[in-house]
Amino acid sequence: MEEVDVEPTTTPIPGFDSNQKHLGFVWGPGDILVYETIYKASGGCPFVHEVRKDEDIYSPILRKLFNESHHIFVGLQRIREDLPSKNKKPQFVSISKNYRSVIRACMEELQQVAGIVYVYHVSSCIITLELIWNLCEVLFIDAAPAGSLVLHLLDWVRLHKADVDEKAREVLASESPAEHQAYWDVVISYVLQGRMDEARQVLVKQAALQPAARVMFKLLDNLLMKMPIFNPGETQTLTEFDVKWRHWREEVDHCLQDQSFASNRHLEDICKILVGDEDVLLEYKELLSTWYHFLVTRLLFSHPTVKPTELHYYAQSSMHMFLDTRSVPEPLDSILLAAFEFDIHQVIKDCSIALNNWWFVGHLTDLLDHCKLLQSHNLHFGSNLREFLLLEYASGLFTHHSLWQLAVDYFDHCPEFGRVYLELQIERVPLDTERKALKVIRICEQRQMTEQVRSICKIMAKKALRNNRLGSALSWSIRAKDAAFATLISERFLQDYCAKGTFSDLDLIDNLGPAMLLSDRLTFLGKYREFHRLYGEKRFSDAAKLLLSLMTAKIAPHSFWMTLLTDALPLLEQKEVIFSADQTHELMFCLEELTSGKSVPTPDRPMQVLGYTPPYPLSNVCFPFNLLIHCFIICSNLYSCLARG
Amino acid sequence: MMEGINAKYVSQKISKTRWRPVSSSSLQQPDIFATGSWDNEDNKISIWSIGENGISGLDNEFEGDPQLVCEHKHNGDVLDLQFLDQDRIVTASSTGAVIIFRHHHNSQTLSVSQLWERAHHYPCDNAPCTGIVCNSPEIVTVGEDGRIILFRADQEGVLRTIENADSSTIHDVTFLRTTEILTVNSIGQLKIWDFRQQGNEPSQILSLTGDRVPLHCVDRHPNQQHIVATGGQDGMLCIWDVRQGNMPFSLMEAHSAEMWEVHFHPSNPDHLFSCSEDGSLLHWETSSNSDTPSFLQGGRNTSIVSRSAIAPAGGNQSLISSWLTGDSSKGRLETTHMLPSQTLSVNSLDVLGQCLVCGTDGEAIYVNRRVPI
Repeated sequence: MEEVDVEPTTTPIPGFDSNQKHLGFVWGPGDILVYETIYKASGGCPFVHEVRKDEDIYSPILRKLFNESHHIFVGLQRIREDLPSKNKKPQFVSISKNYRSVIRACMEELQQVAGIVYVYHVSSCIITLELIWNLCEVLFIDAAPAGSLVLHLLDWVRLHKADVDEKAREVLASESPAEHQAYWDVVISYVLQGRMDEARQVLVKQAALQPAARVMFKLLDNLLMKMPIFNPGETQTLTEFDVKWRHWREEVDHCLQDQSFASNRHLEDICKILVGDEDVLLEYKELLSTWYHFLVTRLLFSHPTVKPTELHYYAQSSMHMFLDTRSVPEPLDSILLAAFEFDIHQVIKDCSIALNNWWFVGHLTDLLDHCKLLQSHNLHFGSNLREFLLLEYASGLFTHHSLWQLAVDYFDHCPEFGRVYLELQIERVPLDTERKALKVIRICEQRQMTEQVRSICKIMAKKALRNNRLGSALSWSIRAKDAAFATLISERFLQDYCAKGTFSDLDLIDNLGPAMLLSDRLTFLGKYREFHRLYGEKRFSDAAKLLLSLMTAKIAPHSFWMTLLTDALPLLEQKEVIFSADQTHELMFCLEELTSGKSVPTPDRPMQVLGYTPPYPLSNVCFPFNLLIHCFIICSNLYSCLARG
Repeated sequence: MMEGINAKYVSQKISKTRWRPVSSSSLQQPDIFATGSWDNEDNKISIWSIGENGISGLDNEFEGDPQLVCEHKHNGDVLDLQFLDQDRIVTASSTGAVIIFRHHHNSQTLSVSQLWERAHHYPCDNAPCTGIVCNSPEIVTVGEDGRIILFRADQEGVLRTIENADSSTIHDVTFLRTTEILTVNSIGQLKIWDFRQQGNEPSQILSLTGDRVPLHCVDRHPNQQHIVATGGQDGMLCIWDVRQGNMPFSLMEAHSAEMWEVHFHPSNPDHLFSCSEDGSLLHWETSSNSDTPSFLQGGRNTSIVSRSAIAPAGGNQSLISSWLTGDSSKGRLETTHMLPSQTLSVNSLDVLGQCLVCGTDGEAIYVNRRVPI
């Protein structure tokens, strides 16, 4: 087994005394159930605690993150594979920006919910997520080449150091901006971020105050204005830019050597920053506040044409210079460093450890995989990194009472194991209402998971049956094409009929339609009811034909033949001849078949055909054999009549 | 692409949305709607506002982002939701309860005004209440237990119960007349019930010949009481004339999965809207004039000719609804997808005036204030 990367966190269980008791536990899909035990038969603890690893999933604000990112994820999967990759890069960048804007929206909303410590903690985590994602977008997805690289990194830093603008607003709004205590902080911050125009605008205020030093201010303003910025759109090549930039830098250096700014410490500092003087930069640690800001500023003023492959060297040195050597590097620092080293796998690994939820790494890895940036790196259990992370994320979602629906789409896009995971998980979704069951079944049907469809329909049908909702039960059996259950339901109907003498739920039986063909018993039920209807409508010959066919075509179960023959009685009693000679013959055959060898089933209670009172009270008949003899006699009488005429 | 339609993510799966009715005399557009959630540990009903609606000409699609006004806990999934009047909302719960909430305008809060706890029930289990229709002060509810119950708001007890009205689940109900209702069930039958008659039998049963596909939703034409539209498990839209007997007038392929709701536009019934489990919301427009202008401003447009079963049986031409046109040359039907892209199931929609609201399983609400009617 591998070594543990970090110390596992401990979660105290309230009210648990580890001296007295032991802790028993069992794993759940996303949580653990723990209970106290002293391994004795009696004196157990009444409490079971549920320990959840991921609380974020239950935060209402973060839920929006999950839903919106799901939408983006599904859209990403649908991008067509056959487009050439150079067309796809802007699409991927735009998707990455979509993800980030979702994170930002979440962040803003969290910040609005003021005053709660937990929320603050989550909010600062979210900010960090956006920071990391943004850097990954710049370095990996957008993959800016030398020249643009520094510009993108500048944007990145500016986005995450927005307090400068706030400070600037405050300063400029004050009565005398140039005398505001934060004035120079603002100017220098702008310069450190490479925002020369804003710096110049603020500097003008100071220049106005000191007309005597006008020349000096003019000089600096000029230098700031002339600073070359690489413009990737123009036809200027990197080398040309480099030449221009060195030229400008020499000019700035000249001014320093000439002591042009000696009289104003601030202006001199600015000048030194412009030539990339690291010691001066480090004096402004507070304004920079992070080593990566320091890195980017350093690159801007010393190596604006830095190549992506050289980044890591500067990143390492910047971190060492900036941070106190005794301080332990934070997780964020190692993540960013890994990013600067273009070690994508290390970034993902470190993020996975640092965060308690697979959302971030799952989506980021998926996007990077689409950009073809991940080497196929087969893990021990066969699937690749992207799939592993998505499976973990989706499994986590499935433990949520509501977000399980999102997880389905994630499983769909995991080609190796997604289906298996889905099959196992979908059966565990609790089905409280028919509507929910319908949605789950639809999900299964769309993916040809017939086993799951059957089992869910069976559960719903059994539940309906238990509550005596025969129509619902039948509807579920039809959906699952479950002939066995349809037979069961028909048996219920027939039992009800035998017990009460009437059919219940006529609206169902009368309107079975083609569903009747699902099972033989169901067909029999439908046809039997039709017989009764025909009889009620006095269409005796049709009724007789139907009745006979029920027996001869073997649709009727043997146990019911007794009833059917009894039903034939009133037809035989009619004044006009209903059964033809052939039909009478068949009737007799059926009778014989029923009585020969096998024991004749005894009805528990007298049979009452709907709307028909038999001429002899059936309750007096103790043994139906008498009845049969009677039938036989009548039949043979008729037969002889016909034979004569 | 429909302009002015954006998703608002609300951290709850929306099962129902309804506009608060506006008084018929005013020409105002609706500005308040209610939503109900489902599948949450704590379900809620919420009231939202889309703000002042007088400004026109501003194409800013972020105006009128729905703002939450108030909400209230709801025990069980909200399986149906209707406005009884301006102040009261009736909900159907998966616990079998029927609840009336009152919206207090001055304090902007919701409170439970009346509760019928186990209106729908099995002997031992809970039976979800699946549908409600109101005609203030009367409320009719239907449920998985196959009961039809008639309530009167402000009266404690139940006015009338039709026991065992159906052996399968009744999914939806609508008024045909003040004393007649029509229900649809999960074995594909439409049943008409007349409250003037005693007894527990429907006065008429209609169903499709062929497969008994469960029906999930029904809506009556606003002006013509004999025309209803139904939608069911197979996503087909059927238009029925209940006078004409046992066959629907038209059958149209609409969606590739269950159709959850169908609505005629209340003031312009040549327009029909349907939403489905497959994540689409369709706007159907029928026109019976030959020189029809195209109202639709682009977007995906499919011309579907209605496959009518029977030609209308004579009668006054002007009374025959364009939905029942048998001759395809006389009528034309166009459908448009209203949502910008594929979403999870659209569970509910409501349309009033020029405003459309819908809610999805992706925990999003979409509001469109410029529906081309």
